Amino acid sequence: MDFALMWESLPKVLAGAGMTFQLTFAALALGFVLACLIASASLSKSKLISVPADTYVYLFRSTPLLVQIFLIYYGLGQFQDVRSSIFWPFLREPFACAVLALTLNTGAYTAEIIKGGIRSVPWGQVEAARACGMSGLLLYRRILFPIAFRQALPGYGNEIILMIKASSLASTITLLEITGIARVIIADTFRPVELFIVAGSIYLAINAVLSRGVRMLELHLSPQLKDTLDTEQQRQRTAVIAR
Amino acid sequence: MELLSFGDKGWGDEMVRAALMTLAVATASFALGLVLGSGVAALRLARSSALRGIGETYTTVLRAIPDLLIIYLLFFGSSQAMQWVAGWFGYHGYLELSPFMIGTIAIGFVSAAFSGEVIRGAVQAVPRGQIEAAKACGMPTWLRFRRILVPQVARYALPGLGNVWQVTLKETSLISVVGLVEIMRQASVAAGSTRQPFTFYAVAAVLYLVLTAGSNRMFGLADRWANRGVRRA
Repeated sequence: MDFALMWESLPKVLAGAGMTFQLTFAALALGFVLACLIASASLSKSKLISVPADTYVYLFRSTPLLVQIFLIYYGLGQFQDVRSSIFWPFLREPFACAVLALTLNTGAYTAEIIKGGIRSVPWGQVEAARACGMSGLLLYRRILFPIAFRQALPGYGNEIILMIKASSLASTITLLEITGIARVIIADTFRPVELFIVAGSIYLAINAVLSRGVRMLELHLSPQLKDTLDTEQQRQRTAVIAR
Repeated sequence: MELLSFGDKGWGDEMVRAALMTLAVATASFALGLVLGSGVAALRLARSSALRGIGETYTTVLRAIPDLLIIYLLFFGSSQAMQWVAGWFGYHGYLELSPFMIGTIAIGFVSAAFSGEVIRGAVQAVPRGQIEAAKACGMPTWLRFRRILVPQVARYALPGLGNVWQVTLKETSLISVVGLVEIMRQASVAAGSTRQPFTFYAVAAVLYLVLTAGSNRMFGLADRWANRGVRRA
């Protein structure tokens, strides 16, 4: 084990965290907006609107992200029309392509999460709100959104972590984020284990902090969960011991 | 369309063969993941807190680190490690893992973390009273395991394992970076030699779609079969 190399490469690999964050959070932010649109389209009563939204979600969830990245980065250049369009300066850039692919991908997954959240709101609450005279946006803002958000938060927390991991695929289209830099240094020094430990611990730290943050937000939004969670853990522990 | 014809001129037969390779490596990784995952689930349900800690660390670490990094670790590190171990036994030649093995092991280890969680949940879903009843009937541990626990765990775990399978299948696309000729790799090769990347990556997407849709159906049928004796409201 070459500790000197690990210590030396830590700042270099850590410098890639910036790129990882940029990719992840740009995609998450854009993807969330996209997901809201898709989720509301999918919940629409008109088949004309809901079927395309469902198809989109189905297509993006059943193909690998790598295919989506390659289709956008390598594939779109095949068409002369794309190359002469105003979008080409963006679509030529690996960063923009990676963000676009990650956005489209997370949009599909997040739409499902949001849909699940909205569906979980008890109908009686909507009726009660209507009886109080709320409608449209007010109903959304005061009743539907807060309840759905709490329901969807654990699932969305998972999605954030999945996106941090997914951003590593951007290294396949030359972007130097954490995994990309680690690979370059491995290829130079041929010290895979050391670099794996360095890069792996960075991911571990990022994900630990993020999942902790989501957990705290969850408890903050629904403090009543604290007791039930504690007793749930207690119950599991006794169940394990009794087995 | 000529590009996708079978035979020497087109890439159709190559793409189909690559799809079979994807299916093979996905099945191998999933199977490895099931075996390791059962072990992880057993650790996480163990009585000793040390064993539980090991199981928990495994799932936390493997779920937090990108698979691509694990594939790179095995790709660059496996032959070193194997030669080091072989050196103990007095063998000093060159050793390396095939891309298929690297992919199977890397994806299998990740898959184990996910299926371990699914299996653990399923074991906990079996009502305790049934185990107690089996004990009261005088069944020894192994018989209890085989007759009471396994059939029900399989039933509870099936939907979750279906999800794990889908994720595993899609993750095999990453193995293309170490040169295994599966769908992604074959599409890259074809795209490079015909200068039609969109066409071939779109074909790759369709092949994955067919594989996921087909296997989804199989899991649906398996789920129906496993639940054939269950009454639903």
